Amino acid sequence: MNLAAIAQLAQLDLTPAEAEAMQRDLQAILDYIAQLQQIETSGVEPMAQALVADTPLRADTVQPWFSAEEALANAPAQRDGMFEVPKILG
Amino acid sequence: MTIEQIRTAIAERHATATGLAEQCLQKIASGDGEVHAYLTLCRERALAQAARMDALAERGDPLPPLAGVPVAVKDVLSTRGVRTTCGSRILESYVPPFDATAVARLEAAGAVVVGKTNCDEFAMGSSTENSAYGPTRNPRALDRVPGGSSGGSAAAVAAGLAVAALGTDTGGSIRQPAAFCGIVGLLPTYGRVSRFGLAAFASSLDHVGPLANSAEDAARVLQAIAGRDPLDATSAAVAVPDYVAGLEQPVQGLRIGVPKEVFGHPGIAPGVAAAVRAALAALERAGCRMVEISLPRNDAAIAVYYVLATAEASSNLARYDGVRYGLRARPAAGADALADMYRQTRDQGFGAEVKRRILLGTYVLSAGYYDAYYRKAQQVRALLSQDFQRAFQAVDLICTPTTPTPAFKLGEKSANPLELYLADIFTVPADLAGLPAISLPCGRAEGLPVGVQFIAPAFEEGRLLALAHHYERLRPAT
Repeated sequence: MNLAAIAQLAQLDLTPAEAEAMQRDLQAILDYIAQLQQIETSGVEPMAQALVADTPLRADTVQPWFSAEEALANAPAQRDGMFEVPKILG
Repeated sequence: MTIEQIRTAIAERHATATGLAEQCLQKIASGDGEVHAYLTLCRERALAQAARMDALAERGDPLPPLAGVPVAVKDVLSTRGVRTTCGSRILESYVPPFDATAVARLEAAGAVVVGKTNCDEFAMGSSTENSAYGPTRNPRALDRVPGGSSGGSAAAVAAGLAVAALGTDTGGSIRQPAAFCGIVGLLPTYGRVSRFGLAAFASSLDHVGPLANSAEDAARVLQAIAGRDPLDATSAAVAVPDYVAGLEQPVQGLRIGVPKEVFGHPGIAPGVAAAVRAALAALERAGCRMVEISLPRNDAAIAVYYVLATAEASSNLARYDGVRYGLRARPAAGADALADMYRQTRDQGFGAEVKRRILLGTYVLSAGYYDAYYRKAQQVRALLSQDFQRAFQAVDLICTPTTPTPAFKLGEKSANPLELYLADIFTVPADLAGLPAISLPCGRAEGLPVGVQFIAPAFEEGRLLALAHHYERLRPAT
């Protein structure tokens, strides 16, 4: 496993010490997971979730919900009713 | 006191909801120092709710089914206006602007939410040792783990610091702590209880369910929270039966499947096997029939789980990036500042187990590995589900020990992640198949509680609760 590439995809920074321990642990887990390769699965439809009986859609109507202010209440930084983040352009 | 006893006492004015709430909060103040079941208390909210129940009682109005019952809520479930941390530093000061549906329904039924309980970070763990806020201790043996990830909820109920609690279960996180702490834990059918407001870990595996002191109390909590929710597209429009009335349904003649792969498993401690066999013997004397069955792919369940759950987690936890809520790292200004902010926020905010699972999940979904890992695991999931369907043609319930061993010591398994994962071997299959399951206390091993698990076909929680209710009457006092 190319841990650095995976960490990049996962948006995680790992210190060299963290990376070393992580590589070991993940390899052990992957070695364990390899047993799945021994199981015959040709023609088996993949199961993404337990089949839930009858899940009707709801009408697409506007319902009262929490306000923009409430949504911003936990913002680490906000300006003019928007979430503020470090500049990425210019 | 049971839920019904509390409600009756308040209705008949022998007790007040306010008095009971104060008593509970007092008990927590003096008793939770060692156990550390709770992360946040919500005194004002609890007392306001209690006052509402007392006002109803004073007017002689009918009381809702959970009136005045002190309940604890696992900290992965959103509570409006009350800090919700998910056991993580990344949400240390996050205050949700809405309630989880299960919480709202509990309160609509009159329950008094006294606080938020400790859990493994983002529900990832089997011991509550992965909480960023320190572990919870097992009230039955303070040097032992309470189990996880709903360890705080289980400990609160076991220690009398709540009458009932909400927990969540993705790979066993309601049933395993219930077994370790000697209480009842119910995993409802996938879709039975709304997941709205539950911080998602693995969306096809997460479930909300009750922890309680008895089958009857678990039934009353389930009654309040079950049912279709328009806010959760995976919640089922299946009618909710009367679980409490259903407790008295007869259990004679029920066929209980005993999977040979489970009972032959080398990892089961002798004391656990003995306690579970004794429970089955009691049920046999009461008229149930034991039938040997086979679940041939059971041993693959952990591998399947750690591919699918981590894959889903890697997607669900992408939202924790420091932008809208929670922790935000402050990197140096420059072209990479935003990217650095994401990565540093996550590096600082997440613990090792969460990172491990995100990385594993990212890997099994990545180009070139998706078919070999993710798709393969989904196919084996289908086979596991078929094994259960086949078994349920011959039996009405399936029995296993809830866990291979009783509660282990704090620190005993935290060095080896894989060893800890293997402790979930008997609980994970029901999550993968979306089937309901219950853990019941059935005796002791090495002086510690042992849990026996029963699994039922989809939406047959009533059958599980009835069996549990009957078994409670047969079981010798522990």
